[in-house]
Amino acid sequence: MTQDATAPAGEVVLEAIGLTKHFPVRRGLRQLLSRERTAVHAVDDVRLTLRRGHVVALVGESGSGKSTVARLLAQLYPRTAGDIQLHGRSTKVKGGSSFRAYAARVQMIFQDPFASLNPVHTVRYHLTRALKIHGNAGRTDDDLENALRDLLTRVSLTPPERYLDKFPHELSGGQRQRVAIARALGADPEALLADEPVSMLDVSIRLGVLNLLRDLKERLNLAILYITHDIASARYFADETLVMYAGRMVEGGDSETVTQTPAHPYTRLLIDSAPDPDRLAGEVNPLDEDRGNGEPPSLIRPPSGCRFHPRCPMAMPRCVTDLPVRLEIGDVPGHWAACWLYDEATVAAEKPGSAASAGVAEEVRS
Amino acid sequence: MEPVLEIRNLNVDYGLGDRAVHAVRDVNLTLHRGEVLGLAGESGSGKSTLAYGLTRLLAPPGVISGGEVIYHPEQGDPYDVLGLSDNALRAFRWAETAIVFQGAMNSLNPVHKISTQLTDVLKAHDPKMSDHSRKARAREMLKLVGISPDRMDAYPHQLSGGMRQRVMIGMALILQPQVVIMDEPTTALDVVMQRQILGQLIELRERLGFSVVFITHDLSLLVEFSNRIAIMYGGRIVEEAPAATIYRDALHPYSRGLLSSFPALRGARRELTGIPGSPPDLAGMPSGCSFHPRCPKAFEPCPTHIPVLGRPGTPDGAARSVACWLHPTEQPVG
Repeated sequence: MTQDATAPAGEVVLEAIGLTKHFPVRRGLRQLLSRERTAVHAVDDVRLTLRRGHVVALVGESGSGKSTVARLLAQLYPRTAGDIQLHGRSTKVKGGSSFRAYAARVQMIFQDPFASLNPVHTVRYHLTRALKIHGNAGRTDDDLENALRDLLTRVSLTPPERYLDKFPHELSGGQRQRVAIARALGADPEALLADEPVSMLDVSIRLGVLNLLRDLKERLNLAILYITHDIASARYFADETLVMYAGRMVEGGDSETVTQTPAHPYTRLLIDSAPDPDRLAGEVNPLDEDRGNGEPPSLIRPPSGCRFHPRCPMAMPRCVTDLPVRLEIGDVPGHWAACWLYDEATVAAEKPGSAASAGVAEEVRS
Repeated sequence: MEPVLEIRNLNVDYGLGDRAVHAVRDVNLTLHRGEVLGLAGESGSGKSTLAYGLTRLLAPPGVISGGEVIYHPEQGDPYDVLGLSDNALRAFRWAETAIVFQGAMNSLNPVHKISTQLTDVLKAHDPKMSDHSRKARAREMLKLVGISPDRMDAYPHQLSGGMRQRVMIGMALILQPQVVIMDEPTTALDVVMQRQILGQLIELRERLGFSVVFITHDLSLLVEFSNRIAIMYGGRIVEEAPAATIYRDALHPYSRGLLSSFPALRGARRELTGIPGSPPDLAGMPSGCSFHPRCPKAFEPCPTHIPVLGRPGTPDGAARSVACWLHPTEQPVG
């Protein structure tokens, strides 16, 4: 069924270059008279590459723009600027048949399997529609039946007969998400965009779904974008991890490197904040407290320079004025951070932490 | 340690008669003064029902069908919360036990300033208090949870999610209750905010000396922030032990499965499996041990006999209890 399963692993499927999305804000009476146009800067200048047989994780807090990236890549939103390239060709679809052709190659899995399946239709209906729309249903009823069984078997809903005529409410959360994955596979895609695919599921079955996705990636040679707020699961599941903060990418590289030797101060904050059972009650490190106080900034008027500088304990005067560029860290090839701390000339000229809000800097130095 | 709240053989059903669903069954649990007791379990395990049952907040068709909840006030004799009259119950709630609910966004009234909502509590429980001292108390509470008192006149929509959750915690503590029940207090928040709020809560607990029942599905969070952990499955407590003991040496196969469902941030990357199958439906609970269809170690007595919660025969058995046929017990709890 998968005609491209033989394509070489590592082949670039989908690429985003300088991807930007601004949502216009409804203007009040006062702004109507002025020339000023306000917008939420949801995603700015995002670059990422999805390759066959690779999982890329996009990690960030809620509101960091990670879901917007997925929707842009799925062409559910038109982009403000930048480019999306499918196999090196720039694509822009608005709807109709070009959207269908795009969706046949890039499929999305949503967060909430309770909402993404229609409650009045059976599993058979959901999967048949996906197969028929994307022309994978074959010619005869037998072909269709076989394709349906095949799909359910792939997502480990076996025996398929038991699930085909069930309604969504008769299935558990994990089973529903498997049906949603099967539906995405019905299009026979090359890339899967998974937007928090396990965060609504019970803890004990999350790993089952992640392991299934990994297994599918290997068998069908899929390119997967895994969006999550849980950096530990990114380490578990993804080959490459990208960290987003306030609409911009701040760090990226091999998952193991990003989680074990984080370079950007925001990634460090994120990792220090993740629950860690080895840090038992009572053994709270006093240094940890009050670090990274504050909250993500408003994206209508994002902070100048580096968007993390108001919360950053290492902020320097340059961080307030200049937008940091991607700088190689130098420990592992491909590990980069958008942070002036890795620019030797800047660090030599300005003391790290010199522009941090007083309380935060004290903590770090002590 | 002195107990504050003792739950004895608590049973909670939804519905009546033959069609009743048993959401909480034979739960025995003791909360000690000044401790954080973690209650972990998946959705449908009965952890929230237990919390609502012991504060008598269950909405119909929820019914408490048996058991006792003994509360030990700081001064005076212990009494059974389930036997309180309506007036006594009204005085008991909030002043003795307070709850912080899951969605801070939905728990604050959007059309009232937070100052009004904070002083309302004081007005209801202490009508003689002067307006001025009520305001002062509300201001003090906000400062305690790390919100600048000049936000007193803000409406909930003017505050961020984290600040709203802090207001909720401040509101819960305003009458200085002995017991605070937190039902997934940080699930809707980001990890950075979650750590800040929980860290602050632990610090407040040390200062004010209340006890916390902390309900969540995130076991790794509980291991870090609580003193003891009780794990629920299918309406029963299957294991209870100090947090470090659960983490290092869990006895029940479900506890172990739950612990290995969280990928680690440090240490070797290894293949994890989670737990096969899905959580049971309360309406069709398996016979015997309700975990047996998913249990990798199920053997002959599991499908037919319900294991009782009791002290296991291990060297550290005195401080823990488990309900599993692999660790039969001579000393049942309760």
